Amino acid sequence: MKAFSYERARTPAEAAAAAAEHEDAKFIAGGTNLLDLMKLEIETPAHLIDVNGLALDTIETTPEGGLKIGALVRNTDLAAHKRVRKDYALLTRALMAGASGQLRNKATTAGNLLQRTRCPYFYDTAQPCNKRSPGSGCAAIGGFSRQLGLVGVSDACIATHPSDMGVAMRALDAVVETVKPDGETRTIPVAEFHRLPGDTPHVENALEKGELITAMTLPAPVGGKHVYRKVRDRASYAFALISVGAVVQPDGTGRVAIGGVAPKPWRVEAAEADMKRGAKAVADGLFANARPTHHNEFKRTLAERTLGSVLTEARG
Amino acid sequence: MPMKFNEPAGANPIDRQKVIGKPFDRIEGPLKVTGRAPYAYERHDAVENPAVGFVVGAGIAKGRIKSIDVTAARKAPGVLAVVTAETAGKLGLGKYNIAKLLGGPEIDHYHQAIAVVVAESFEQARAAAGLLRVDYAAEKGVFDLRGTKDTSVKPKPSGGDEPDSAKGDFAGAFEAAAVKLDETYTTPDHAHAMMEPHASMASWDGNKVTVWTSNQMIDWGVSDLAKTLGLPKENVRLVSPYVGGGFGGKLFLRADAVLAALGAKAAGRPVKVALPRPLVFNNTTHRPATVQRVRIGAGRDGKITAIGHETWSGNLPNGKPENAIDQTRLLYAGANRMTATRLALLNLPEGNAMRAPGEAPGLMALEIAMDEMAGKLGMDPVEFRILNDTQVDPENPERKFSQRRLSECFRIGSGRFGWSARKQPGETRDGRWLVGMGVATAFRGNLVMKSAARARLAADGRITVETDMTDIGTGTYTIIAQTTAEMLGVPLTQIDVKLGDSAFPVSAGSGGQWGANSATSGVYACCVKLREAIARQAGLDPLKADFADGQVTADGKSVALAGVANARDIVVEDGIEFGDLDKRYAQSTFGAHFVEIGVDHATGESRIRRMLAVCAAGRILNPKSARSQVIGAMTMGAGAALMEELAVDKERGFFVNHDLAGYEVPVHADIPHQEVVFLDETDPYSSPMKAKGVGELGICGVAAAVANAIYNATGVRVRDYPITLDKLLSAMPEVG
Ligand SMILES: Cc1cc2nc3c(=O)[nH]c(=O)nc-3n(C[C@H](O)[C@H](O)[C@H](O)COP(=O)(O)OP(=O)(O)OC[C@H]3O[C@@H](n4cnc5c(N)ncnc54)[C@H](O)[C@@H]3O)c2cc1C
Ligand code: SF4
Repeated sequence: MKAFSYERARTPAEAAAAAAEHEDAKFIAGGTNLLDLMKLEIETPAHLIDVNGLALDTIETTPEGGLKIGALVRNTDLAAHKRVRKDYALLTRALMAGASGQLRNKATTAGNLLQRTRCPYFYDTAQPCNKRSPGSGCAAIGGFSRQLGLVGVSDACIATHPSDMGVAMRALDAVVETVKPDGETRTIPVAEFHRLPGDTPHVENALEKGELITAMTLPAPVGGKHVYRKVRDRASYAFALISVGAVVQPDGTGRVAIGGVAPKPWRVEAAEADMKRGAKAVADGLFANARPTHHNEFKRTLAERTLGSVLTEARG
Repeated sequence: MPMKFNEPAGANPIDRQKVIGKPFDRIEGPLKVTGRAPYAYERHDAVENPAVGFVVGAGIAKGRIKSIDVTAARKAPGVLAVVTAETAGKLGLGKYNIAKLLGGPEIDHYHQAIAVVVAESFEQARAAAGLLRVDYAAEKGVFDLRGTKDTSVKPKPSGGDEPDSAKGDFAGAFEAAAVKLDETYTTPDHAHAMMEPHASMASWDGNKVTVWTSNQMIDWGVSDLAKTLGLPKENVRLVSPYVGGGFGGKLFLRADAVLAALGAKAAGRPVKVALPRPLVFNNTTHRPATVQRVRIGAGRDGKITAIGHETWSGNLPNGKPENAIDQTRLLYAGANRMTATRLALLNLPEGNAMRAPGEAPGLMALEIAMDEMAGKLGMDPVEFRILNDTQVDPENPERKFSQRRLSECFRIGSGRFGWSARKQPGETRDGRWLVGMGVATAFRGNLVMKSAARARLAADGRITVETDMTDIGTGTYTIIAQTTAEMLGVPLTQIDVKLGDSAFPVSAGSGGQWGANSATSGVYACCVKLREAIARQAGLDPLKADFADGQVTADGKSVALAGVANARDIVVEDGIEFGDLDKRYAQSTFGAHFVEIGVDHATGESRIRRMLAVCAAGRILNPKSARSQVIGAMTMGAGAALMEELAVDKERGFFVNHDLAGYEVPVHADIPHQEVVFLDETDPYSSPMKAKGVGELGICGVAAAVANAIYNATGVRVRDYPITLDKLLSAMPEVG
């Protein structure tokens, strides 16, 4: 870990402004991802801005009947929130499938969305990795890639976004709210939030330098059955091989997002038109441009089969 | 003169079983659960204000260091010293090491230690370590076991065993057999993945060094540290009273101890070093991967007529093979037999012992083969095993087993588990889940090792036992106290046990599941001597003296132990040495593992529902700690079956998933229900304790029982471990 300076921000605008002032500043929320990466010198911020005191830890009803979730709401609290459990059960289920109780107590909504990939080569600084050090190459391509992605990937990077929460947020059409260093606020649909790697895999999202997430909002509830199925080698405390988050309406229409297959929570709205025709049709749409490796091609079959099982459960 | 164990044990005070055989809680348990048992890295009670060393591992698998630039690191805040092979002076190689513990300029494997940076604080040392600039000349290496079959060689005999064995006419009998199986199985590299990383704290006094460490075999460690540092053995002291898990990964001297000593020397002050978690996987040893071919031929009656087992594994130069054929030489009857062990050169980190080396991976293959064979014969897998059970060494039928109740384990287990409810493959469904049952034999040799101890009776009647034996979480403290209490006829609370210090007599150490039986036997020998000394001091005839209820009694006269020793403690030292009973009789431990599993029909996820082990392993010294060993081993076996695999990058030559997020071991949710039954038995051929070991028996066969249960659930036979869902998916039923 490199030595760093540290400050506690008092308001969101102040935090964003402070971040713009420093060359290498980072916000720190729960720290459950950032600190690990700093210890391994994968992240080397010179300055940390602690955002835990920003009072962004409430969940409020929006005028449209949706929810506004503060960026600092802990994963545990978000999952346990009455309205979330009732109207956005997919989100509760996705959160509860992630990490462990201790981690969820610390992890925040914004931090979760911004957690970085679990590609094992990204974690080993002796290995080439375009995401960690642009231009150095990608050790995972041709290496051990069982966990990695097959859609939305590029020749530069095949990493996945590991979040469970993100999959639910994507299926529920969440919107990210931010404030920039100049005080300007904006909203970014979660669909547009994460960037595909292309040849710049180190650029992972739409945030600008110093831009702070203040909240995520969910539109009014869409009803339907909410199912989150996370598939993994061990029963708990493991990242998803793949996960399926689905909202299925009584008439058989619905939405589906997939985790563990792409650099972002993977949803293809056009494919959802085929929901009534079953899992195969939807999966064909979701994975139309898939480029699996030998190690991870099973994920295509697995996603389709899991979706089939989820649809059965939702209809049953 | 140590006690010689040359003939089967007769009646002795241990048979009273007033203290031995009772489920006492671990006597050091309260210290551990309250955080008061200091582990090596926290010996601040022994060493004030140590500096901290951070180990740097090589970033290539094979090649040379062209240069290391330490300038920036040396200048970094708080840095006291940077030690590399260039500056360390001449270092020897330990007897139990095959690659240097401080590498350079040649690099033998990935994450081989190449430097230790010593600083005032951990953070400073780690930050400075990041400033080292290492320039490598990488070379191509060999990393893929499967590509080495043709270049592998017949290794030197290891552990007294020839690499090949043969009996009768295997080829002819196999050819002629009515029912045959010829299949190849693979097991991956496994990590010990113990909770406590390798850690040491070193302090010099002149040219003498004391190292507080985490090690299973103190005397091996002392010898090898002395050899590595070029010191006389008496100048080295190792202290390791608590070990946070080892599983074979801490049998040997490793880089943490050497670098703590070198760092302390360079810094001129005590230094502590713990391997960072990502280094544990590639810097230390692991269980090597195997490719195994099993051939079994049988008559239609189910009797095995031919059994052959060949195994391939790889290692660094001078490394040993994984003896995965071991059990096959002794486990099932059959007149015609062969085994062969081959070894390839691989430039991966060193392969070495992990919990039940040989048998653990060997049974992973053999016991699937037995299940497949039972299927071909249309026999129940339990009945097939019972039919081929033997009471003699099948290679050498004059040699009997000292005790062998394998069939009984199966019969008792079948009843308890409800084995008769098992259906044909793919026939049991519970909602989303395909459900199946599997069984396998547990078998592990009974090794014994010479072991000594010192015992002391104080004036107040307290007895202290000292031995360099280790407690690696197994319950050694408790069973040694139980042995002493039984021998001296005093309550457990009267005994103090001190372990893991090379200042104490040399013990068996903890490995090969020999620790409990051998170390308590050494303590038994020592207690026999203490009894004589006490009787004599009390003016009683040592030959007639009986020890019970805190008194020694002979010829109608009783004397309380408290008070026998006066101003001077009564101190004795003795140990035990084992003769050739283990050659004259085949000695093993036995068991049967039963597993019920559910496999999600859609995703192929396998989730264990319940497990049962029935074990026959001599006298059980403490059923609570023994059970704890077996359930832990069953859990590790479940990991081997379902998830554990060091993923090899075959180009870059290292284990990629080198942390506990990437190398998955079972969590609680994976292990819902476990039951363990011990047969009530004693084995007088094993030791005066009439005990054996259970810590490794528990893992042997588990993975195959899981594999067989998955087959019974799904009808899909997977022969490559771990049985992850990707290997099942294509053959799973339609989703519905
Ligand atoms: C052992 C382990 C297992 C895990 N398992 C899972 C799992 O199964 N599923 C899963 O989904 N996740 C899992 N996680 C990841 C976990 O969910 C994340 O670490 C956590 O959500 C991150 O939140 P945090 O608040 O701690 O973020 P931090 O570590 O504080 O920050 C993460 C990143 O977000 C940035 N950031 C934080 N807040 C803001 C803000 N308001 N605006 C802009 N930038 C911000 C930080 O600068 C940093 O770059 C696991 C983590 C661990 C350590
Ligand atoms: S897949 Fe992406 S994160 Fe992984 S090594 Fe390649 S570039 Fe780095």
